[in-house]
Amino acid sequence: MKDVTIIGAGVVGCAIARELSRYDLDVVVLEKETDVCEGTSKANSGIVHSGYDAKPGTLKARFNVEGNRLIHDLSRKLDFPFKENGSLILALEEEGRAGIEELLERGNKNGVPGLRIVEKEELRQMEPNVSENAVCALYAPTGGVVCPFNMTIAFAENAADNGVVFSFDTEVKSVEKKTDENGAVYYTVKTSDSSIDTRIVVNAAGVYSDVFHNMVSGKKLSITPRKGQYCLMDKNAGSLVSHTLFQLPTKAGKGVLVTPTVHGNLMCGPTADPADGPEDTSTTDEGLNTVLSRGALSVTSLPRMTITSFAGLRAHEEGGDFVIGEAEDAPGFIDAAGIESPGLTAAPAIGVHIAGLVKDMLKPSEKKDFISTRKGIPSIALATDEERAALIKEDPAYSKVVCRCELVTEGEIRNAITRTLGATTVDGVKRRTRAGMGRCQAGFCLARTIPILAELLGKSEEEIEKSGHGSYYLDGEIKDSF
Amino acid sequence: MAEIKKDLVIIGGGPAGLSAAVSAAEEGVKDLLIIERDVRLGGILNQCIHNGFGLHTFKEELTGPEYADRYIQMAQKAQIPFMLDTMVIDLSYDESTGDKIVTAMNKTEGLFTVRASAVILAMGCRERPRGALNIAGYRPSGIYSAGTAQYYVNMEGRMPGKKVVILGSGDIGLIMARRMTYEGAKVLCVAELQPYSGGLKRNIVQCLDDFGIPLLLSHTVVDIKGKRRVEGVTIAEVDENKKPIPGTEEFYECDTLLLSCGLIPENELTNKLGAKMNPVTGGASVNESLETDIPGVYACGNVLHVHDLVDYVSGEAAVAGKNAANRILGKNAAENDGTVINIKTENGVRYSVPSVVRPAFMSDTLTVRFRVGNEYRDKNLSVYLDGVQLMKLPKRVMAPGEMEQIILVKSKVLEIISGKESEEHELIIRVEDKE
Amino acid sequence: METRELTCIRCPIGCHITVELDNGEVKSISGNSCPRGEEYAASEVTHPERIVTSLVTLEGGERPVVSVKTAGNVPKEKMMDVVGALKEVSARAPVNIGDVIVKDIAGTGVDIVATSAVPAK
Repeated sequence: MKDVTIIGAGVVGCAIARELSRYDLDVVVLEKETDVCEGTSKANSGIVHSGYDAKPGTLKARFNVEGNRLIHDLSRKLDFPFKENGSLILALEEEGRAGIEELLERGNKNGVPGLRIVEKEELRQMEPNVSENAVCALYAPTGGVVCPFNMTIAFAENAADNGVVFSFDTEVKSVEKKTDENGAVYYTVKTSDSSIDTRIVVNAAGVYSDVFHNMVSGKKLSITPRKGQYCLMDKNAGSLVSHTLFQLPTKAGKGVLVTPTVHGNLMCGPTADPADGPEDTSTTDEGLNTVLSRGALSVTSLPRMTITSFAGLRAHEEGGDFVIGEAEDAPGFIDAAGIESPGLTAAPAIGVHIAGLVKDMLKPSEKKDFISTRKGIPSIALATDEERAALIKEDPAYSKVVCRCELVTEGEIRNAITRTLGATTVDGVKRRTRAGMGRCQAGFCLARTIPILAELLGKSEEEIEKSGHGSYYLDGEIKDSF
Repeated sequence: MAEIKKDLVIIGGGPAGLSAAVSAAEEGVKDLLIIERDVRLGGILNQCIHNGFGLHTFKEELTGPEYADRYIQMAQKAQIPFMLDTMVIDLSYDESTGDKIVTAMNKTEGLFTVRASAVILAMGCRERPRGALNIAGYRPSGIYSAGTAQYYVNMEGRMPGKKVVILGSGDIGLIMARRMTYEGAKVLCVAELQPYSGGLKRNIVQCLDDFGIPLLLSHTVVDIKGKRRVEGVTIAEVDENKKPIPGTEEFYECDTLLLSCGLIPENELTNKLGAKMNPVTGGASVNESLETDIPGVYACGNVLHVHDLVDYVSGEAAVAGKNAANRILGKNAAENDGTVINIKTENGVRYSVPSVVRPAFMSDTLTVRFRVGNEYRDKNLSVYLDGVQLMKLPKRVMAPGEMEQIILVKSKVLEIISGKESEEHELIIRVEDKE
Repeated sequence: METRELTCIRCPIGCHITVELDNGEVKSISGNSCPRGEEYAASEVTHPERIVTSLVTLEGGERPVVSVKTAGNVPKEKMMDVVGALKEVSARAPVNIGDVIVKDIAGTGVDIVATSAVPAK
């Protein structure tokens, strides 16, 4: 009997796993994809929201503000890229002032520190390239940008280092509520290839979280996947703005944000479109055009330097708020459902909260040898010359550049594959090291990354995939169809 | 960190770097070094195994590796030292000494710097990715730049797919249509957004027509199907504003989409150096000596502006090598009299290399290369210097895919500008209607 | 009488040339703007030829394949026969540029030669 089975290795599932790994518990994380961070967690704004947006009293408000506070500390402990660059919510017309004041008031009620309204002149000093139409803005100094991949990966690695088991390519088929001979409730989780008995199920299944909840609870949830589309631009455009620029929603529609990413690219998005089911991560011509045209409203001139575009899904629950906690009629079945924006920011706080619930139920003892920190993969691109020389001295593979755009070396890629919960796919390497995330989008490094994966995983190059599940790259040798 | 000193460092050992190095060595530079990031010299030519190279330079038709080999032999004969598998990661300018500081790393030396009195930038270019086109749809595997596919097939002997659609009719896309066919893949079509192909006529005939591969002009990919691996693409016709025309969509079942959507000069180092850039070419802005605005830093080949023929790359690079040599050896040290001619391109001419000419430093003739922004038939190419018409060249055809050039004769230029009071002059290159 | 339409590839102009043939014999060539176009069209309609460039597998080399070409032109209709015949060919490293890999490929009388130098592993 497992103590806790977590469904889903997105940022929420991994944050919960990391918090649970403090205790002497037998915890398993089941993930249908080949790696962590393969769903909503990989395709979002990468924003650490300050917390002015959610209605006071909601779970969104509570976990947002708390999550924001936690990320500051966790980014250092778990060594993932985070930058508190501050957010500006722009009123692009005079009628917007009332909306800005309302957000200020809401933010204050939510306990967001340091909020204030900045007027045109100051705004222009803070952001010289802000649109001429911006009349004022709400400044949220605790807003930030984070690498959503490495935040999720850091949680997962740290959890695994503390004994949590991750089972990938494992799709949950059914969850069944059962009662043992002592009358205690437990659950049987059936997957594609196994059956797991567990005292507690944590449902962190993103756009599928209603499916699992509804298997055990009569109080049904209804998740509607919503699609957000983005354009990511070249690092040469990354210094256009330094803060995250939101737009106050207007009659013309919900605004899109323009932000530097934590790695120095410029990002623009998202849309909020209905999705065609929980797997529909396709971008649309209309969506991408909307992103660019709406984004252009925030700045004097939006460069046309898109290097990639993508879409992510948001698990929108009918009630409009996060669904967090034990299902009323299913003791031991804990939901972390309906986690849409600001879910990335909220994740660490949700992790702490749910670990607390589990602790109250199972009364585990705390691990004495809990490892509270995790070291990320060294980055030659970000290192000083002294650090570079030292890394290369230790392992000459850190001198061999594989990804030229992002300056990622063979040493970093080897590290990404061989470390705890190491990468097994090209996307896994990319998200851990940034190899292939630059302006040529893996045109050069793909063919140099695949052999390293093949070597370290003991596979042939043809077996190496983009993200598992048939996403192969190579198909035989020359002339083999003659 | 170890530091070495060199008179001249050439960054890049492809066609541009090799030709520049050979030329500098011929002029008498002895203390020089080529730094190449790949494991062999020759650059991208090594994977361009098709023929058609060298008609101008060697008066015969060579394949890419053969063309590269000619220059590698010349470099070896001139005993030019080179470092392979070595990546330059930083380039800076020491204003107090005029030295350029090249920071590089490799497995044997670790991290090291080279202090150079002159540097030639010859890093080449890279391919534009899918994102630049904002193609909608999923992001599965099976979408490759044409160059990536070319590497896989030609260097590794592996097939990146078997049923292929190609977007973009640049030369690499056309060449890959034939290469993939020769190696057993089925190429369904080449779609091109523009109403004309960006590739050479020769390639359209010999890479597409020969194999019955349709070229769909004014068409683009509007959707990509397949969550894991490409399962097909939807192609639609576009109107004059490049917008897809509803109702023209056609689905092509395929496992691979190759993108041949243009090249971008690879100027990370040039940007780090802080050299002035030309926003049109994506390369540095250079004068008649192919020198950037950082003294002693020259640029040539595709890092400067994207060429279509390697012969022109070699020619341009040789000029850069010679000028760098002259600087190092103090030869032909003309007095800078402050006279400059700014080249202005307009009316269909997109840019020129160089963009500034100092007549005092001109050779007897100076080649100015440029591209037009559209397809033009039966037009004149006119050149004016300070309002005086210098040239009127009738052109049957000019196309964005074919680089154009004019040759300025120093004596003629001096004739027009001499005696004028102003130090600044203007040379205009433009497309004009025939009277 | 048969009419053939061609695009001239001798220069970037790309003239559209019309050739009239009678029993395989060229009767007239029009649309070209220079003698080179005429020469191209005549040869292209009577005996079109191509250089074929491809790869053969390589044993014991630094790379698994080596690039090759036909040492001279082969008839256009033989192109796919040439690459097809190369399927069964493998060379041994080291290979130098110009090394003959196959003599008289696919009955064309033309040799296949290496176009890259690949050292032994």
